[in-house]
Amino acid sequence: MAKRIDVSGLSAYYGSHLAIEDISMTVEPRSVTAFIGPSGCGKSTFLRTLNRMHEVTPGGRVEGKVLLDDENLYGANVDPVTVRRTVGMVFQRPNPFPTMSIFDNVAAGLKLNGSYKKNELPDIVEKSLRGANLWNEVKDRLNKPGSGLSGGQQQRLCIARAIAVEPEVLLMDEPCSALDPISTLAIEDLIGELKERFTIVIVTHNMQQAARVSDRTAFFNLAAVGKPGKLIEIDETERIFSNPSVQATEDYISGRFG
Amino acid sequence: MASTTPIDKPPAPPVALKRAGTKSGRVGDKVFLGLSRGSGILLLVIMASIAVFLTYRASIAISKNEGNFLTTFDWNPAGDPPVFGIAVLLFGTIVSSVVAMAIAVPVAVGIALFISHYAPRKLAAPLAYVVDLLAAVPSIVYGIWGALVLVPYLEGPNLWLDQFFGWTYLFDKTEVGVARSLFTVGILLAIMILPIVTSVSREVFLQVPRMNEEAALALGATRWEVIRLSVLPFGRSGVISASMLGLGRALGETMAVATVLSPSFIISGHLLNPGGGTFAQNIAAKFDEANEYGRDALIASGLVLFILTLLVNGAARLIIARRKEYSGANA
Repeated sequence: MAKRIDVSGLSAYYGSHLAIEDISMTVEPRSVTAFIGPSGCGKSTFLRTLNRMHEVTPGGRVEGKVLLDDENLYGANVDPVTVRRTVGMVFQRPNPFPTMSIFDNVAAGLKLNGSYKKNELPDIVEKSLRGANLWNEVKDRLNKPGSGLSGGQQQRLCIARAIAVEPEVLLMDEPCSALDPISTLAIEDLIGELKERFTIVIVTHNMQQAARVSDRTAFFNLAAVGKPGKLIEIDETERIFSNPSVQATEDYISGRFG
Repeated sequence: MASTTPIDKPPAPPVALKRAGTKSGRVGDKVFLGLSRGSGILLLVIMASIAVFLTYRASIAISKNEGNFLTTFDWNPAGDPPVFGIAVLLFGTIVSSVVAMAIAVPVAVGIALFISHYAPRKLAAPLAYVVDLLAAVPSIVYGIWGALVLVPYLEGPNLWLDQFFGWTYLFDKTEVGVARSLFTVGILLAIMILPIVTSVSREVFLQVPRMNEEAALALGATRWEVIRLSVLPFGRSGVISASMLGLGRALGETMAVATVLSPSFIISGHLLNPGGGTFAQNIAAKFDEANEYGRDALIASGLVLFILTLLVNGAARLIIARRKEYSGANA
């Protein structure tokens, strides 16, 4: 399970536009790392380079290395499809497969892998839904479409879908920004439980959320609009929010800009 | 909105509110309402009057018919006694359309997926344009092409089908003769409905929300799996509507069928045999030389085609409605 991520010298482009420049950092296994920073600083773009989702955007291109334990995700013979099966992702807006039942949504990733026994499926689905704190709410309607759930339930369904395939890493791209405060709290509690098993990276616009859920926090910034985003610093969350080593970080978290 | 006005002073009515009540705004609304409501009513009136006309003339014809309108394998309304039936036409219309759908829908979905999800952008736009161009060819041109090119060209493939797939009964060619068969008509109709099915499907596939596709991608789906998990389920009802549009055209196609088919009043499950007939082809072939009563008989067959098309559209709507809960619309 849970692996360490080691990024070195990573830059990402949209066509000829350099979106993030020369980022290096280490993400510890079984911990929550939060990315914060103003809009357009490239934190979501960076997150998407960690499971090779950046390159599915037309013109998307990546330079540099991302090591998962010792394996480079951008190595010559690495298949992005395999990478995405190892590094799961949860999106900003809940996106269950609208035509599938709740059960099939959770089972979708396993069916793609093809490596499952049919009689194991119900157990794995139940385990994943329990893991996402959704089981009690949906156990009586597993055959109903996932799109009939509330927004917060849909997002937890997406988390169940992502953890069903037992990924090494779970990426979350502003997973609560489309949710109400109570659903947000449910997801934050869940993140706390999931970090026992997974390496979690979360992008958030909400600095209180970063402070609540993460062990380490990375602050991204950009010099000006149109300039590439850069990693300013990464440190223990407590330190970032009390005594950051860079002035720009302090200005951002104290609300002086962004 | 810093204001020094005391709270108890009644605020002056805002200017904007007064404006909204002026006459000119209301008149525009009324005109537009009248226009749109009128168009809706006009459509219903046209449909109803066609139905009444067809039913009235058809009832005249059927009341004098000495044969069974549904089961007679003959069309002789000018005879004494008049005998005619639609069995052959119904069979030929359905068979040729089913053949057309069986060929056109998979090909059209394939082209639409290629244009929307596989082709490089530089290729996709011209390709889509070429497919749309197919729709601009008049049907008589398809008919002439079918008769002069397709019919002789298909003789070889027909023999091949007969030899290797004759055991399926459908492809058993028991009669000698050129390929002026329902199967050839089906192929021609398939080409004719290809553009409409393709372009509607392509539009639907392009509307699949990005986040639906990313959901599949992030789970480790290959490109084909993304299409299977996200694109096809989202586009299903759109493809059904597209197919029904195509089917509507295939059922009613006249000139191309009349030019290619060698008509005869027989029903044969051997699709490669020449002969057979469709509603529209039969009307086109016989209308000019028919007397008053013969025309009523043809109109009676037109009424059946009208009902058939209504049923097909109704069935399509049912299928779409039943899948609604699962469609992408409520995502």
